[in-house]
Amino acid sequence: MSVYWPSLIGGMLLGLSAVALLLLDGRIAGISGIVGRLLGGAQVPLNAAFVIGLISGPPLYMLAFGSFPSVTIATSWPLVLVAGLAVGIGTRMGSGCTSGHGILGLARFSRRSFAATATFLLAGGAMATLMEFLR
Amino acid sequence: MKPLAPLRIVVALLAGALFGFGLSLSGMLDPARVLGFLNLASGHWDPSLAFVLGGAVLVAVPGVMLQRRLRRPLLDDSFHLPEKTEIDGRLLAGSALFGAGWGLAGFCPGPAVSALSMGLVPVLLFVAAMVMGMILHDRVIAGMLPR
Repeated sequence: MSVYWPSLIGGMLLGLSAVALLLLDGRIAGISGIVGRLLGGAQVPLNAAFVIGLISGPPLYMLAFGSFPSVTIATSWPLVLVAGLAVGIGTRMGSGCTSGHGILGLARFSRRSFAATATFLLAGGAMATLMEFLR
Repeated sequence: MKPLAPLRIVVALLAGALFGFGLSLSGMLDPARVLGFLNLASGHWDPSLAFVLGGAVLVAVPGVMLQRRLRRPLLDDSFHLPEKTEIDGRLLAGSALFGAGWGLAGFCPGPAVSALSMGLVPVLLFVAAMVMGMILHDRVIAGMLPR
């Protein structure tokens, strides 16, 4: 159980960030939405500020704990490109990702977000499990 | 520029930093951990992602309850929240496509963008492809889909 404390506390910080943006700025902290709007040229200073903050996460973690968080990528680069393309198209078509639908959508008891979260968890589980057998 | 605009930009920067730090602490920056949750056949299933999502929703629910009692956010004239309720084909097809990509490499948008500061080539490739996908959807695909 104790090994899951960082995950639980890290998750609670995600919730805190989302609540802060909601109560102060009145907006949903959905990463695909923020990045998508930034690419579309909408509210550039606000969306760019959030993205710059997001990118500063690992260096802040380094300041606090002395090393970067672990990032292990075993997927071959052609598949990484295919995955990135699918995530880009899919999150914009589905109006959100793990943050907008998964965190705030569920907390708002949104029917659409429940459907979206169930769908991407099922599809993600199916794909990751399938890849285990194709290796 | 409205008088509160600079403050809103500072809030966005700090909220982004808190989100990025939270992701780093949670272990979800690591595709291996994410795939350890999504892959049910690995023989050593990692429940971390459920703790992350659970912790986030646990904090977000009281925040949303408070938001519903407010007429407007502190720094803007009104809330800007999604109002759609219909579960349509775009929502389900898009979420399925996103999930497939997520299960393929273990990256979703937040961790991938956040990990850009670590300078890893596969992360740069993923984000470049994701950005292309977003632009492709918003400028081409969205206009071709039935309403």
